[in-house]
Amino acid sequence: MSGTPAVSRVAVTAAAEEVLRRLYAVNGPLMFHQSGGCCDGSSPMCYIEGEFRTGASDVLMASLPIAEVPEPVTFWMSKDQFERWRHTHLTVDVVPGRGGGFSLEAPEGVRFLIRSRLLTPEETKALDSSE
Amino acid sequence: MARIAAPGESGAKMNYRSRYDHWIGGEFVPPVRGQYFENPTPVTGQTFCEIARGTAEDVEAALDAAHAAAPAWGRTSAGDRANILNRIADRMEQNLEALAAAESWENGKPIRESTAADIPLAIDHFRYFAGAIRAQEGSLSEIDEDTVAYHFHEPLGVVAQIIPWNFPILMATWKLAPALAAGNAVVIKPAEQTPASIHFWMSLVADLLPPGVVNIVNGFGVEAGKPLASSARVAKVAFTGETTTGRLIMQYASENIRPVTLELGGKSPNIFFDDVSSARDDFLDKALEGFTMFALNQGEVCTCPSRALIQEGHYSEFLDAAVERTRAIVQGHPFDTDTMIGAQASNDQLEKILSYLDIGQQEGAKILIGGSRADLGGELAGGYYVEPTIFEGSNSMRIFQEEIFGPVVSVTPFSTFDDAVRIANDTLYGLGAGVWTRDTATAYRAGRAIQAGRVWTNCYHAYPAHAAFGGYKGSGIGRENHKMMLDHYQQTKNLLVSYSPKKLGFF
Repeated sequence: MSGTPAVSRVAVTAAAEEVLRRLYAVNGPLMFHQSGGCCDGSSPMCYIEGEFRTGASDVLMASLPIAEVPEPVTFWMSKDQFERWRHTHLTVDVVPGRGGGFSLEAPEGVRFLIRSRLLTPEETKALDSSE
Repeated sequence: MARIAAPGESGAKMNYRSRYDHWIGGEFVPPVRGQYFENPTPVTGQTFCEIARGTAEDVEAALDAAHAAAPAWGRTSAGDRANILNRIADRMEQNLEALAAAESWENGKPIRESTAADIPLAIDHFRYFAGAIRAQEGSLSEIDEDTVAYHFHEPLGVVAQIIPWNFPILMATWKLAPALAAGNAVVIKPAEQTPASIHFWMSLVADLLPPGVVNIVNGFGVEAGKPLASSARVAKVAFTGETTTGRLIMQYASENIRPVTLELGGKSPNIFFDDVSSARDDFLDKALEGFTMFALNQGEVCTCPSRALIQEGHYSEFLDAAVERTRAIVQGHPFDTDTMIGAQASNDQLEKILSYLDIGQQEGAKILIGGSRADLGGELAGGYYVEPTIFEGSNSMRIFQEEIFGPVVSVTPFSTFDDAVRIANDTLYGLGAGVWTRDTATAYRAGRAIQAGRVWTNCYHAYPAHAAFGGYKGSGIGRENHKMMLDHYQQTKNLLVSYSPKKLGFF
């Protein structure tokens, strides 16, 4: 692994890592795209890497190292949404749940969920200077 | 207070079966892989039935049935189709209380809402499209004396519809009624959170529809929704949901060059100008109810008025009254007829709302009322209840920018008309908006300046058929609830006919 940055915009809880390991075993490399809007919006959607085509309107917020998963799990958000979220740090967690878009974990009876906190001024400075 | 019997209790207006297979070709068909998943009611958190866990094989079977039924259905006369839609509406009306109970038990919404709003609106919707298709005409253009262009409406064929969980029967109706009126066969996937109520609806109307015209495939998005949305065998995909899945569905559709209609939610502003409070009268009372509409359907509405913009001159006075109005909201068992707010639809929805209550406070927004999960005790202790919550903050906060889909409103003041419009439009979405003022010129100018598909003016949360509903900006593509939706389910066939016996003279 080539140097996890000391400061990151996105983290993953141990419980979510465990789900990601299971999903990786079945599906191979994974990605997240953070949704917005209705119903299951504001939730992170987990797909097989490349299933969701990202483009110039998206921001790669993090490549998440997961133990026992060779390829980091990329975490994407649309650029305009990122502008409204960029002052917060995101943690991917998982809760018991029932469905949500085409996200991979739903059939397991769990749902990925974002928990947030404000970035500290130091984190903001470090992140802004590295982008 | 009257407590109506819920499904499973003695005297209930309806009861669910213990298991639902897919509904394909006019009959129940078990899932090819033999798997089922549990369906809990959000009222108590307890499972009440199990549901077929569909996969690509089941989707193919449903598409087979739909393709078998589509040609004959597409050739039926508009009059025959309209008669069937009207009979569906009549059957629903005869079973209104049972349908309302089915929807409330599965979704968690108050019975008075499903009885007075969801189901009556769904009934009217079928009648509206029965009328619309009878009244629809093709057109002709007289190109010259001997040449005529005829324009015919033709059905698309087999269409895919993916339905959300917030109004399970009504949202299915919004998509089914125009598609059927236009002569299409349908494969519909209800949300995995609310997969059963549409089967109860089907049990009431199945004898009215030719087999295969409406097919229901249950299952999870990734296992059943994806093969349906990405199938080259559907002529169109209609989806209500969120932005990432909306984009993914567009990506799939692009592979097959298929049209999509998308309804993807919003962050709707509800604007209260100073003159609202210039008299203590019915209008002020109505405006305060309009504010409190954020709690309708537990806030699980794409157009939830989740941002309240209140003009400075009456800010404190109006907000104080709005807090008191919110305090008067009765939360309780959804089957109590006095209950105004019931349960959130699922545990993950509950958790998401709580995560926003957290980040809202971290960002410095002030909670004026609510702010927590509600523990209603007893049999409801395992249900998913949230206190109606008012935040006071600023429009850059995430609670002002993201659809929480819960009973949460974020309030901020504004100074001038231009300030109100600027804040209202400072969002990625543009589905709904509300404008409240006694000045009709202000109302008109605000309504035209707000970038949203629906601007409720001195009202909110009305959804009559015959008023177009759909989004600007990130809120989607297409308009439902209106005869223009027929266009989204029809091809245009042009016959260009020459009545002249004379050659052109080129060859």
